[in-house]
Amino acid sequence: MTPVTRAALVLGLAFLYAPILVLVAYSFNASSLVTVWGGFSTRWYGVLFADEPLIAATWVSFRVAVLSSLIATVLGTLAALALERHGRFRGRFLFTGLVYGPMVMPEVMIGLSLLLMFIGIGFDRGLATLVVAHATFCTGFVAVVVAARLRGLDPTLEEAAADLGAGPLRVLLTVTLPLLAPAVVAGALLAFALSLDDLVIASFVSGPGSTTLPMRLYSRVRLGVNPEINAASTLLIALVGVAVLAASWLTARRGGTG
Amino acid sequence: MNRDAPQRLFARLVRLPPFLWLAAFFLLPVVITLKISLSEPATAIPPYLPLLDWQGGLEGWSTFLEALNLDNYLTLARDPLYRDALFGSLAYAGGATALLAALGVPLAYALARAPARRQPFLVALIVVPFWTSFLIRVYAWIAILKQEGLLNLVLLKLGLIARPLAILNTDAAVMIGLVYAYLPFMVLPVYAVMNRLDPALREAAADLGAGPTRVFWSVTLPLALPGIVAGAGLCFIPMVGEFIIPDLLGGSETLMLGRVLWSEFFSNRDWPLASAVAVLILLIVLGPVVLLRDGLRGEGERP
Repeated sequence: MTPVTRAALVLGLAFLYAPILVLVAYSFNASSLVTVWGGFSTRWYGVLFADEPLIAATWVSFRVAVLSSLIATVLGTLAALALERHGRFRGRFLFTGLVYGPMVMPEVMIGLSLLLMFIGIGFDRGLATLVVAHATFCTGFVAVVVAARLRGLDPTLEEAAADLGAGPLRVLLTVTLPLLAPAVVAGALLAFALSLDDLVIASFVSGPGSTTLPMRLYSRVRLGVNPEINAASTLLIALVGVAVLAASWLTARRGGTG
Repeated sequence: MNRDAPQRLFARLVRLPPFLWLAAFFLLPVVITLKISLSEPATAIPPYLPLLDWQGGLEGWSTFLEALNLDNYLTLARDPLYRDALFGSLAYAGGATALLAALGVPLAYALARAPARRQPFLVALIVVPFWTSFLIRVYAWIAILKQEGLLNLVLLKLGLIARPLAILNTDAAVMIGLVYAYLPFMVLPVYAVMNRLDPALREAAADLGAGPTRVFWSVTLPLALPGIVAGAGLCFIPMVGEFIIPDLLGGSETLMLGRVLWSEFFSNRDWPLASAVAVLILLIVLGPVVLLRDGLRGEGERP
Protein backbone atom coordinates (compact mmCIF):
# COMPACT_ATOMS: atom_id res chain seq x y z
CA MET A 1 0.00 0.00 0.00
CA THR A 2 1.28 3.39 -0.93
CA PRO A 3 0.76 6.39 1.38
CA VAL A 4 -1.71 7.78 -1.16
CA THR A 5 -4.00 4.73 -1.19
CA ARG A 6 -3.73 4.48 2.58
CA ALA A 7 -4.78 8.12 2.92
CA ALA A 8 -7.69 7.54 0.52
CA LEU A 9 -8.91 4.62 2.64
CA VAL A 10 -8.58 6.47 5.93
CA LEU A 11 -10.38 9.54 4.55
CA GLY A 12 -13.12 7.43 2.96
CA LEU A 13 -13.79 5.50 6.15
CA ALA A 14 -13.64 8.67 8.25
CA PHE A 15 -16.27 10.23 5.96
CA LEU A 16 -18.50 7.16 6.35
CA TYR A 17 -18.16 6.87 10.13
CA ALA A 18 -17.75 10.43 11.43
CA PRO A 19 -21.45 11.40 11.24
CA ILE A 20 -22.47 8.16 12.96
CA LEU A 21 -19.88 8.64 15.72
CA VAL A 22 -20.99 12.25 16.25
CA LEU A 23 -24.58 11.07 16.54
CA VAL A 24 -23.71 8.35 19.04
CA ALA A 25 -21.49 10.68 21.08
CA TYR A 26 -24.19 13.33 21.39
CA SER A 27 -26.72 10.75 22.56
CA PHE A 28 -24.65 10.68 25.79
CA ASN A 29 -24.50 14.46 26.06
CA ALA A 30 -26.11 15.88 29.20
CA SER A 31 -26.83 19.14 27.40
CA SER A 32 -29.64 19.33 24.90
CA LEU A 33 -27.60 21.65 22.66
CA VAL A 34 -25.67 19.86 19.98
CA THR A 35 -22.59 22.11 20.15
CA VAL A 36 -22.29 22.18 23.91
CA TRP A 37 -20.83 19.18 25.70
CA GLY A 38 -22.57 19.11 29.06
CA GLY A 39 -20.82 15.99 30.35
CA PHE A 40 -21.59 12.29 30.03
CA SER A 41 -25.16 11.32 30.78
CA THR A 42 -27.67 8.64 29.97
CA ARG A 43 -30.58 10.97 30.63
CA TRP A 44 -31.81 10.86 27.01
CA TYR A 45 -32.09 7.10 27.23
CA GLY A 46 -34.32 7.62 30.27
CA VAL A 47 -36.45 10.06 28.27
CA LEU A 48 -36.52 7.57 25.43
CA PHE A 49 -37.72 4.65 27.53
CA ALA A 50 -40.55 6.80 28.93
CA ASP A 51 -41.67 7.84 25.43
CA GLU A 52 -44.85 5.83 24.96
CA PRO A 53 -45.61 6.73 21.30
CA LEU A 54 -42.06 5.88 20.27
CA ILE A 55 -42.18 2.53 22.08
CA ALA A 56 -45.55 1.74 20.51
CA ALA A 57 -44.10 2.56 17.08
CA THR A 58 -41.10 0.32 17.78
CA TRP A 59 -43.44 -2.53 18.60
CA VAL A 60 -45.36 -1.95 15.33
CA SER A 61 -42.10 -1.90 13.35
CA PHE A 62 -40.87 -5.04 15.05
CA ARG A 63 -44.03 -7.02 14.34
CA VAL A 64 -44.13 -5.84 10.74
CA ALA A 65 -40.43 -6.70 10.26
CA VAL A 66 -40.84 -10.22 11.70
CA LEU A 67 -43.92 -11.07 9.64
CA SER A 68 -42.81 -9.45 6.39
CA SER A 69 -39.30 -10.92 6.55
CA LEU A 70 -40.79 -14.39 7.12
CA ILE A 71 -43.03 -14.05 4.07
CA ALA A 72 -40.24 -12.49 1.98
CA THR A 73 -37.87 -15.30 2.98
CA VAL A 74 -40.28 -18.02 1.85
CA LEU A 75 -41.19 -16.22 -1.39
CA GLY A 76 -37.62 -15.15 -2.14
CA THR A 77 -36.21 -18.63 -1.55
CA LEU A 78 -38.87 -20.18 -3.80
CA ALA A 79 -38.18 -17.55 -6.46
CA ALA A 80 -34.44 -18.25 -6.32
CA LEU A 81 -35.09 -22.01 -6.62
CA ALA A 82 -37.36 -21.43 -9.61
CA LEU A 83 -34.79 -19.23 -11.34
CA GLU A 84 -31.68 -21.26 -10.56
CA ARG A 85 -32.86 -24.86 -10.37
CA HIS A 86 -35.88 -25.20 -12.57
CA GLY A 87 -34.28 -23.67 -15.62
CA ARG A 88 -36.44 -22.64 -18.53
CA PHE A 89 -40.16 -22.21 -18.28
CA ARG A 90 -42.79 -20.17 -20.03
CA GLY A 91 -43.05 -16.68 -18.58
CA ARG A 92 -39.52 -16.76 -17.20
CA PHE A 93 -38.89 -13.23 -18.48
CA LEU A 94 -41.99 -11.91 -16.70
CA PHE A 95 -41.14 -13.90 -13.58
CA THR A 96 -37.60 -12.48 -13.44
CA GLY A 97 -39.00 -8.97 -13.87
CA LEU A 98 -41.52 -9.51 -11.07
CA VAL A 99 -38.87 -10.79 -8.65
CA TYR A 100 -36.17 -8.20 -9.28
CA GLY A 101 -38.40 -5.29 -10.39
CA PRO A 102 -39.28 -4.05 -6.89
CA MET A 103 -35.56 -3.66 -6.11
CA VAL A 104 -35.09 -1.01 -8.80
CA MET A 105 -38.58 0.47 -8.60
CA PRO A 106 -38.54 3.92 -6.94
CA GLU A 107 -39.79 3.61 -3.35
CA VAL A 108 -42.34 6.38 -3.86
CA MET A 109 -43.77 4.39 -6.78
CA ILE A 110 -44.05 1.16 -4.77
CA GLY A 111 -45.71 2.96 -1.88
CA LEU A 112 -48.09 5.01 -3.99
CA SER A 113 -49.11 2.14 -6.28
CA LEU A 114 -49.80 -0.26 -3.40
CA LEU A 115 -51.84 2.36 -1.61
CA LEU A 116 -53.87 3.07 -4.74
CA MET A 117 -54.58 -0.63 -5.05
CA PHE A 118 -55.52 -1.10 -1.39
CA ILE A 119 -57.93 1.80 -1.66
CA GLY A 120 -59.23 0.55 -5.00
CA ILE A 121 -60.21 -2.81 -3.52
CA GLY A 122 -61.42 -1.24 -0.29
CA PHE A 123 -58.80 -2.84 1.96
CA ASP A 124 -58.31 -0.99 5.26
CA ARG A 125 -54.80 0.25 5.89
CA GLY A 126 -52.98 -1.01 8.94
CA LEU A 127 -50.53 -3.65 10.05
CA ALA A 128 -51.58 -6.06 7.28
CA THR A 129 -50.94 -3.59 4.46
CA LEU A 130 -47.53 -2.75 5.95
CA VAL A 131 -46.62 -6.44 6.07
CA VAL A 132 -47.76 -7.01 2.48
CA ALA A 133 -45.86 -3.97 1.20
CA HIS A 134 -42.63 -4.85 3.00
CA ALA A 135 -42.78 -8.52 2.01
CA THR A 136 -43.23 -7.43 -1.60
CA PHE A 137 -40.20 -5.17 -1.79
CA CYS A 138 -37.96 -7.48 0.29
CA THR A 139 -38.61 -10.67 -1.73
CA GLY A 140 -36.18 -9.70 -4.49
CA PHE A 141 -33.36 -9.04 -2.00
CA VAL A 142 -33.81 -12.47 -0.41
CA ALA A 143 -33.88 -14.03 -3.89
CA VAL A 144 -30.57 -12.36 -4.80
CA VAL A 145 -28.81 -13.66 -1.68
CA VAL A 146 -30.23 -17.19 -2.00
CA ALA A 147 -29.65 -17.38 -5.76
CA ALA A 148 -25.98 -16.41 -5.28
CA ARG A 149 -25.54 -19.31 -2.88
CA LEU A 150 -27.49 -21.70 -5.15
CA ARG A 151 -25.16 -20.92 -8.05
CA GLY A 152 -22.25 -21.93 -5.84
CA LEU A 153 -23.87 -25.23 -4.78
CA ASP A 154 -22.84 -28.42 -6.54
CA PRO A 155 -25.98 -29.66 -8.38
CA THR A 156 -24.63 -33.23 -8.41
CA LEU A 157 -25.56 -33.56 -4.71
CA GLU A 158 -29.22 -32.97 -5.53
CA GLU A 159 -29.00 -35.19 -8.61
CA ALA A 160 -27.47 -37.99 -6.54
CA ALA A 161 -30.35 -37.81 -4.05
CA ALA A 162 -32.86 -37.89 -6.93
CA ASP A 163 -31.07 -40.86 -8.51
CA LEU A 164 -31.30 -42.67 -5.18
CA GLY A 165 -35.06 -42.34 -5.36
CA ALA A 166 -35.84 -39.18 -3.39
CA GLY A 167 -38.78 -37.20 -4.77
CA PRO A 168 -38.39 -33.50 -5.56
CA LEU A 169 -39.85 -32.37 -2.23
CA ARG A 170 -37.59 -34.75 -0.30
CA VAL A 171 -34.53 -33.49 -2.24
CA LEU A 172 -35.49 -29.91 -1.46
CA LEU A 173 -36.09 -30.51 2.25
CA THR A 174 -33.20 -32.86 3.01
CA VAL A 175 -30.46 -31.75 0.61
CA THR A 176 -30.98 -28.31 -0.94
CA LEU A 177 -32.44 -26.38 2.00
CA PRO A 178 -29.89 -27.53 4.62
CA LEU A 179 -27.11 -26.50 2.25
CA LEU A 180 -28.85 -23.20 1.60
CA ALA A 181 -29.59 -22.46 5.27
CA PRO A 182 -26.89 -19.80 5.81
CA ALA A 183 -28.02 -17.85 2.74
CA VAL A 184 -31.68 -18.18 3.75
CA VAL A 185 -30.88 -16.83 7.23
CA ALA A 186 -28.76 -14.03 5.76
CA GLY A 187 -31.62 -13.18 3.38
CA ALA A 188 -34.11 -13.17 6.26
CA LEU A 189 -31.92 -10.81 8.31
CA LEU A 190 -31.52 -8.56 5.29
CA ALA A 191 -35.29 -8.46 4.78
CA PHE A 192 -35.76 -7.76 8.49
CA ALA A 193 -33.29 -4.84 8.39
CA LEU A 194 -34.86 -3.42 5.22
CA SER A 195 -38.34 -3.59 6.71
CA LEU A 196 -37.21 -1.99 9.95
CA ASP A 197 -35.56 0.83 7.98
CA ASP A 198 -38.29 1.71 5.53
CA LEU A 199 -39.88 5.14 5.83
CA VAL A 200 -41.22 6.00 2.37
CA ILE A 201 -43.28 2.91 1.57
CA ALA A 202 -44.63 2.70 5.13
CA SER A 203 -45.76 6.33 5.02
CA PHE A 204 -48.03 5.49 2.10
CA VAL A 205 -49.50 2.18 3.23
CA SER A 206 -49.79 2.50 7.02
CA GLY A 207 -53.07 3.28 8.68
CA PRO A 208 -54.05 5.47 11.65
CA GLY A 209 -53.10 2.97 14.37
CA SER A 210 -49.97 1.60 12.73
CA THR A 211 -47.29 4.27 12.77
CA THR A 212 -43.87 2.65 12.38
CA LEU A 213 -40.67 3.67 14.14
CA PRO A 214 -39.08 5.38 11.10
CA MET A 215 -42.31 7.35 10.58
CA ARG A 216 -42.28 8.47 14.22
CA LEU A 217 -38.56 9.31 14.06
CA TYR A 218 -39.09 11.20 10.83
CA SER A 219 -41.86 13.37 12.25
CA ARG A 220 -39.48 14.30 15.11
CA VAL A 221 -36.30 14.92 13.10
CA ARG A 222 -38.14 17.23 10.70
CA LEU A 223 -38.23 19.64 13.63
CA GLY A 224 -34.45 19.54 13.99
CA VAL A 225 -31.80 17.85 16.13
CA ASN A 226 -33.16 16.10 19.18
CA PRO A 227 -30.94 14.23 21.68
CA GLU A 228 -33.66 11.71 22.44
CA ILE A 229 -33.69 10.73 18.76
CA ASN A 230 -29.89 10.42 18.96
CA ALA A 231 -30.37 7.90 21.77
CA ALA A 232 -32.98 5.98 19.75
CA SER A 233 -30.66 6.05 16.73
CA THR A 234 -27.76 4.74 18.78
CA LEU A 235 -29.83 1.77 19.93
CA LEU A 236 -30.96 1.09 16.34
CA ILE A 237 -27.39 1.31 15.05
CA ALA A 238 -26.25 -1.12 17.75
CA LEU A 239 -29.08 -3.53 16.88
CA VAL A 240 -28.45 -3.46 13.14
CA GLY A 241 -24.70 -3.72 13.75
CA VAL A 242 -25.20 -6.90 15.76
CA ALA A 243 -27.53 -8.34 13.11
CA VAL A 244 -25.05 -7.59 10.31
CA LEU A 245 -22.19 -9.16 12.24
CA ALA A 246 -24.32 -12.26 12.90
CA ALA A 247 -25.26 -12.50 9.21
CA SER A 248 -21.68 -12.13 7.97
CA TRP A 249 -20.46 -14.59 10.59
CA LEU A 250 -23.07 -17.11 9.46
CA THR A 251 -22.16 -16.82 5.79
CA ALA A 252 -18.39 -16.73 6.42
CA ARG A 253 -18.44 -19.75 8.72
CA ARG A 254 -20.03 -21.95 6.09
CA GLY A 255 -17.69 -20.62 3.41
CA GLY A 256 -20.59 -18.94 1.68
CA THR A 257 -20.49 -16.23 -0.93
CA GLY A 258 -22.42 -13.78 1.33
CA MET B 1 -31.84 -33.74 -16.36
CA ASN B 2 -34.80 -36.08 -16.23
CA ARG B 3 -37.92 -33.96 -16.62
CA ASP B 4 -40.78 -36.24 -15.79
CA ALA B 5 -44.29 -35.13 -14.89
CA PRO B 6 -43.99 -34.91 -11.06
CA GLN B 7 -40.78 -32.92 -11.47
CA ARG B 8 -42.52 -30.44 -13.74
CA LEU B 9 -45.48 -30.17 -11.42
CA PHE B 10 -43.12 -29.55 -8.50
CA ALA B 11 -41.26 -26.84 -10.41
CA ARG B 12 -44.59 -25.16 -11.14
CA LEU B 13 -45.60 -25.34 -7.47
CA VAL B 14 -42.28 -23.76 -6.48
CA ARG B 15 -42.73 -20.71 -8.67
CA LEU B 16 -46.47 -20.29 -8.15
CA PRO B 17 -46.46 -18.55 -4.71
CA PRO B 18 -43.88 -15.85 -5.57
CA PHE B 19 -45.52 -15.39 -8.97
CA LEU B 20 -49.02 -14.90 -7.57
CA TRP B 21 -47.83 -12.66 -4.74
CA LEU B 22 -45.78 -10.37 -6.96
CA ALA B 23 -48.42 -10.26 -9.70
CA ALA B 24 -51.00 -9.18 -7.11
CA PHE B 25 -48.87 -6.76 -5.06
CA PHE B 26 -46.35 -5.44 -7.58
CA LEU B 27 -47.63 -5.77 -11.15
CA LEU B 28 -51.30 -4.99 -10.50
CA PRO B 29 -50.60 -1.85 -8.40
CA VAL B 30 -48.29 -0.50 -11.12
CA VAL B 31 -51.01 -1.05 -13.73
CA ILE B 32 -53.54 0.70 -11.47
CA THR B 33 -51.14 3.64 -11.04
CA LEU B 34 -50.74 3.91 -14.81
CA LYS B 35 -54.49 3.99 -15.16
CA ILE B 36 -55.00 6.61 -12.45
CA SER B 37 -52.30 8.79 -14.01
CA LEU B 38 -54.63 9.02 -17.01
CA SER B 39 -57.64 10.00 -14.87
CA GLU B 40 -58.97 13.31 -13.60
CA PRO B 41 -58.92 14.43 -9.97
CA ALA B 42 -62.34 14.66 -8.35
CA THR B 43 -63.70 15.57 -4.95
CA ALA B 44 -64.90 12.07 -4.15
CA ILE B 45 -63.66 8.90 -2.51
CA PRO B 46 -61.43 7.72 -4.13
CA PRO B 47 -60.61 11.20 -5.44
CA TYR B 48 -60.34 10.55 -9.16
CA LEU B 49 -62.49 9.87 -12.23
CA PRO B 50 -63.43 7.80 -14.18
CA LEU B 51 -64.13 4.68 -12.18
CA LEU B 52 -64.51 1.49 -14.14
CA ASP B 53 -68.11 0.29 -14.05
CA TRP B 54 -67.71 -3.49 -13.89
CA GLN B 55 -71.42 -4.10 -14.38
CA GLY B 56 -71.55 -1.90 -17.49
CA GLY B 57 -70.15 -4.57 -19.80
CA LEU B 58 -68.64 -3.46 -23.08
CA GLU B 59 -70.32 -0.07 -22.92
CA GLY B 60 -68.91 0.51 -19.46
CA TRP B 61 -65.45 -0.21 -20.80
CA SER B 62 -65.75 2.12 -23.74
CA THR B 63 -67.00 5.11 -21.69
CA PHE B 64 -64.20 4.32 -19.24
CA LEU B 65 -61.53 4.28 -21.94
CA GLU B 66 -62.86 7.46 -23.56
CA ALA B 67 -62.60 9.32 -20.29
CA LEU B 68 -58.89 8.55 -19.93
CA ASN B 69 -56.62 11.35 -21.07
CA LEU B 70 -53.10 12.71 -20.96
CA ASP B 71 -53.99 15.91 -19.12
CA ASN B 72 -51.80 15.12 -16.12
CA TYR B 73 -48.78 14.57 -18.33
CA LEU B 74 -49.50 17.84 -20.17
CA THR B 75 -49.61 19.58 -16.79
CA LEU B 76 -46.24 18.03 -15.94
CA ALA B 77 -44.80 19.27 -19.24
CA ARG B 78 -46.22 22.80 -18.99
CA ASP B 79 -46.11 23.77 -15.34
CA PRO B 80 -42.69 25.22 -14.44
CA LEU B 81 -42.87 23.62 -10.97
CA TYR B 82 -42.80 20.11 -12.43
CA ARG B 83 -40.29 21.02 -15.11
CA ASP B 84 -38.00 22.36 -12.40
CA ALA B 85 -38.55 19.23 -10.30
CA LEU B 86 -37.71 17.04 -13.29
CA PHE B 87 -34.55 19.00 -14.08
CA GLY B 88 -33.76 19.16 -10.36
CA SER B 89 -34.00 15.39 -10.00
CA LEU B 90 -31.84 14.83 -13.08
CA ALA B 91 -29.30 17.46 -12.01
CA TYR B 92 -28.98 16.27 -8.41
CA ALA B 93 -28.90 12.58 -9.34
CA GLY B 94 -26.55 13.15 -12.28
CA GLY B 95 -24.26 15.52 -10.40
CA ALA B 96 -24.12 13.29 -7.33
CA THR B 97 -23.41 10.26 -9.53
CA ALA B 98 -20.47 12.07 -11.14
CA LEU B 99 -19.19 13.15 -7.72
CA LEU B 100 -19.63 9.59 -6.41
CA ALA B 101 -17.57 8.24 -9.31
CA ALA B 102 -14.85 10.82 -8.62
CA LEU B 103 -14.71 9.84 -4.93
CA GLY B 104 -15.69 6.18 -5.12
CA VAL B 105 -13.25 5.05 -7.80
CA PRO B 106 -10.11 6.13 -5.87
CA LEU B 107 -11.56 4.57 -2.73
CA ALA B 108 -12.30 1.30 -4.54
CA TYR B 109 -8.78 1.38 -6.02
CA ALA B 110 -7.25 1.88 -2.58
CA LEU B 111 -9.36 -1.01 -1.30
CA ALA B 112 -8.23 -3.30 -4.13
CA ARG B 113 -4.58 -2.44 -3.48
CA ALA B 114 -4.78 -3.06 0.28
CA PRO B 115 -3.14 -6.26 1.61
CA ALA B 116 -5.31 -9.21 0.50
CA ARG B 117 -5.87 -10.61 4.00
CA ARG B 118 -7.17 -7.25 5.24
CA GLN B 119 -9.56 -6.71 2.34
CA PRO B 120 -12.60 -8.63 3.66
CA PHE B 121 -12.49 -6.59 6.86
CA LEU B 122 -12.13 -3.30 4.97
CA VAL B 123 -15.03 -4.22 2.67
CA ALA B 124 -17.15 -5.02 5.74
CA LEU B 125 -16.26 -1.57 7.15
CA ILE B 126 -17.60 0.05 3.97
CA VAL B 127 -20.79 -2.04 4.05
CA VAL B 128 -21.78 -1.79 7.72
CA PRO B 129 -22.87 1.87 7.76
CA PHE B 130 -25.01 1.14 4.73
CA TRP B 131 -27.03 -1.30 6.82
CA THR B 132 -27.75 1.14 9.59
CA SER B 133 -30.89 3.19 9.10
CA PHE B 134 -30.87 5.42 6.03
CA LEU B 135 -33.03 8.00 7.81
CA ILE B 136 -30.67 8.13 10.77
CA ARG B 137 -27.58 8.52 8.59
CA VAL B 138 -29.19 11.46 6.80
CA TYR B 139 -30.38 12.94 10.10
CA ALA B 140 -26.84 12.70 11.48
CA TRP B 141 -25.75 15.36 8.98
CA ILE B 142 -28.19 17.95 10.35
CA ALA B 143 -26.15 18.26 13.56
CA ILE B 144 -22.98 18.65 11.50
CA LEU B 145 -24.18 21.05 8.81
CA LYS B 146 -26.52 23.42 10.61
CA GLN B 147 -25.66 27.02 11.39
CA GLU B 148 -24.49 26.31 14.94
CA GLY B 149 -23.45 22.78 13.96
CA LEU B 150 -20.22 20.89 14.37
CA LEU B 151 -18.66 21.77 11.01
CA ASN B 152 -19.10 25.50 11.53
CA LEU B 153 -17.85 25.16 15.09
CA VAL B 154 -14.65 23.47 13.92
CA LEU B 155 -14.10 25.88 11.04
CA LEU B 156 -14.61 28.87 13.35
CA LYS B 157 -12.22 27.48 15.96
CA LEU B 158 -9.60 26.89 13.27
CA GLY B 159 -10.09 30.48 12.12
CA LEU B 160 -10.87 29.38 8.57
CA ILE B 161 -14.12 31.33 8.47
CA ALA B 162 -15.18 34.52 10.23
CA ARG B 163 -18.88 33.71 10.56
CA PRO B 164 -20.87 30.47 10.28
CA LEU B 165 -21.63 29.20 6.79
CA ALA B 166 -25.22 28.44 5.82
CA ILE B 167 -24.89 24.87 4.51
CA LEU B 168 -27.98 23.11 5.80
CA ASN B 169 -31.03 23.56 3.56
CA THR B 170 -28.90 24.35 0.50
CA ASP B 171 -27.94 22.42 -2.64
CA ALA B 172 -24.56 21.67 -1.07
CA ALA B 173 -26.21 19.86 1.85
CA VAL B 174 -28.33 17.77 -0.53
CA MET B 175 -25.21 16.82 -2.52
CA ILE B 176 -23.31 15.90 0.65
CA GLY B 177 -26.25 13.77 1.79
CA LEU B 178 -26.57 11.98 -1.57
CA VAL B 179 -22.84 11.27 -1.82
CA TYR B 180 -22.72 10.06 1.77
CA ALA B 181 -25.76 7.78 1.57
CA TYR B 182 -24.86 6.18 -1.75
CA LEU B 183 -21.05 5.88 -1.50
CA PRO B 184 -21.05 2.11 -0.82
CA PHE B 185 -23.20 1.55 -3.95
CA MET B 186 -20.40 3.06 -6.02
CA VAL B 187 -17.39 1.64 -4.18
CA LEU B 188 -18.46 -2.01 -4.02
CA PRO B 189 -19.13 -2.73 -7.74
CA VAL B 190 -15.96 -0.86 -8.77
CA TYR B 191 -13.96 -2.75 -6.16
CA ALA B 192 -15.45 -6.07 -7.31
CA VAL B 193 -14.16 -5.44 -10.85
CA MET B 194 -10.78 -4.00 -9.81
CA ASN B 195 -10.18 -6.89 -7.44
CA ARG B 196 -10.44 -9.35 -10.32
CA LEU B 197 -8.05 -7.51 -12.64
CA ASP B 198 -4.93 -9.48 -13.46
CA PRO B 199 -1.95 -7.74 -11.79
CA ALA B 200 0.16 -8.88 -14.78
CA LEU B 201 -1.58 -6.22 -16.89
CA ARG B 202 -0.39 -3.45 -14.58
CA GLU B 203 3.08 -4.94 -14.39
CA ALA B 204 3.29 -5.22 -18.17
CA ALA B 205 2.33 -1.53 -18.51
CA ALA B 206 4.91 -0.60 -15.88
CA ASP B 207 7.59 -2.70 -17.63
CA LEU B 208 6.83 -0.84 -20.84
CA GLY B 209 7.69 2.38 -19.05
CA ALA B 210 4.34 3.73 -17.82
CA GLY B 211 4.42 5.54 -14.47
CA PRO B 212 1.88 4.65 -11.74
CA THR B 213 -0.45 7.50 -12.79
CA ARG B 214 -0.34 6.46 -16.43
CA VAL B 215 -0.98 2.82 -15.47
CA PHE B 216 -4.05 3.88 -13.49
CA TRP B 217 -5.48 6.07 -16.27
CA SER B 218 -4.75 3.85 -19.25
CA VAL B 219 -4.97 0.32 -17.80
CA THR B 220 -6.86 0.08 -14.49
CA LEU B 221 -9.55 2.69 -15.16
CA PRO B 222 -10.65 1.48 -18.64
CA LEU B 223 -10.79 -2.10 -17.39
CA ALA B 224 -12.84 -1.03 -14.36
CA LEU B 225 -15.39 0.76 -16.54
CA PRO B 226 -18.08 -1.97 -16.28
CA GLY B 227 -17.91 -1.62 -12.49
CA ILE B 228 -18.18 2.15 -12.73
CA VAL B 229 -21.21 1.87 -15.03
CA ALA B 230 -22.87 -0.60 -12.62
CA GLY B 231 -22.12 1.67 -9.64
CA ALA B 232 -23.44 4.71 -11.49
CA GLY B 233 -26.68 2.83 -12.24
CA LEU B 234 -27.06 1.63 -8.65
CA CYS B 235 -26.67 5.22 -7.41
CA PHE B 236 -28.57 7.11 -10.09
CA ILE B 237 -31.71 4.93 -10.10
CA PRO B 238 -32.77 5.39 -6.46
CA MET B 239 -31.52 8.99 -6.33
CA VAL B 240 -33.96 10.16 -9.03
CA GLY B 241 -36.93 9.33 -6.80
CA GLU B 242 -35.17 10.27 -3.56
CA PHE B 243 -37.37 11.86 -0.92
CA ILE B 244 -35.69 11.77 2.50
CA ILE B 245 -32.46 13.59 1.57
CA PRO B 246 -33.98 16.62 -0.22
CA ASP B 247 -36.66 16.83 2.45
CA LEU B 248 -34.35 16.78 5.49
CA LEU B 249 -31.22 18.47 4.13
CA GLY B 250 -32.59 20.58 1.28
CA GLY B 251 -34.32 23.93 1.44
CA SER B 252 -37.88 24.74 0.49
CA GLU B 253 -36.67 25.49 -3.06
CA THR B 254 -34.96 22.09 -3.44
CA LEU B 255 -37.21 20.49 -6.04
CA MET B 256 -36.95 16.80 -6.79
CA LEU B 257 -39.62 14.52 -8.25
CA GLY B 258 -39.90 12.26 -5.18
CA ARG B 259 -40.61 15.26 -2.98
CA VAL B 260 -43.10 16.77 -5.43
CA LEU B 261 -44.94 13.44 -5.63
CA TRP B 262 -45.06 13.33 -1.85
CA SER B 263 -46.60 16.78 -1.52
CA GLU B 264 -49.01 16.26 -4.43
CA PHE B 265 -50.22 13.15 -2.71
CA PHE B 266 -50.20 14.02 0.98
CA SER B 267 -50.81 17.79 0.91
CA ASN B 268 -52.73 18.49 -2.30
CA ARG B 269 -54.46 15.11 -2.49
CA ASP B 270 -54.13 15.19 -6.27
CA TRP B 271 -53.77 11.45 -6.78
CA PRO B 272 -53.84 11.41 -10.59
CA LEU B 273 -51.05 14.00 -10.77
CA ALA B 274 -49.01 12.15 -8.11
CA SER B 275 -49.45 8.97 -10.19
CA ALA B 276 -48.26 10.79 -13.30
CA VAL B 277 -45.13 11.93 -11.39
CA ALA B 278 -44.55 8.33 -10.28
CA VAL B 279 -44.82 7.11 -13.87
CA LEU B 280 -42.42 9.87 -14.95
CA ILE B 281 -39.85 8.72 -12.35
CA LEU B 282 -40.32 5.17 -13.60
CA LEU B 283 -39.73 6.23 -17.22
CA ILE B 284 -36.53 8.07 -16.27
CA VAL B 285 -35.03 5.08 -14.48
CA LEU B 286 -36.10 2.55 -17.13
CA GLY B 287 -33.09 3.25 -19.37
CA PRO B 288 -30.49 2.97 -16.58
CA VAL B 289 -32.23 -0.18 -15.27
CA VAL B 290 -31.95 -1.94 -18.63
CA LEU B 291 -28.31 -0.83 -18.89
CA LEU B 292 -27.61 -2.09 -15.39
CA ARG B 293 -29.38 -5.40 -16.01
CA ASP B 294 -27.32 -6.08 -19.13
CA GLY B 295 -24.15 -5.15 -17.27
CA LEU B 296 -24.97 -7.42 -14.33
CA ARG B 297 -26.01 -10.26 -16.62
CA GLY B 298 -22.57 -10.05 -18.29
CA GLU B 299 -21.04 -10.30 -14.80
CA GLY B 300 -23.21 -13.22 -13.73
CA GLU B 301 -22.34 -15.34 -16.74
CA ARG B 302 -18.69 -15.53 -15.85
CA PRO B 303 -17.88 -19.08 -14.83
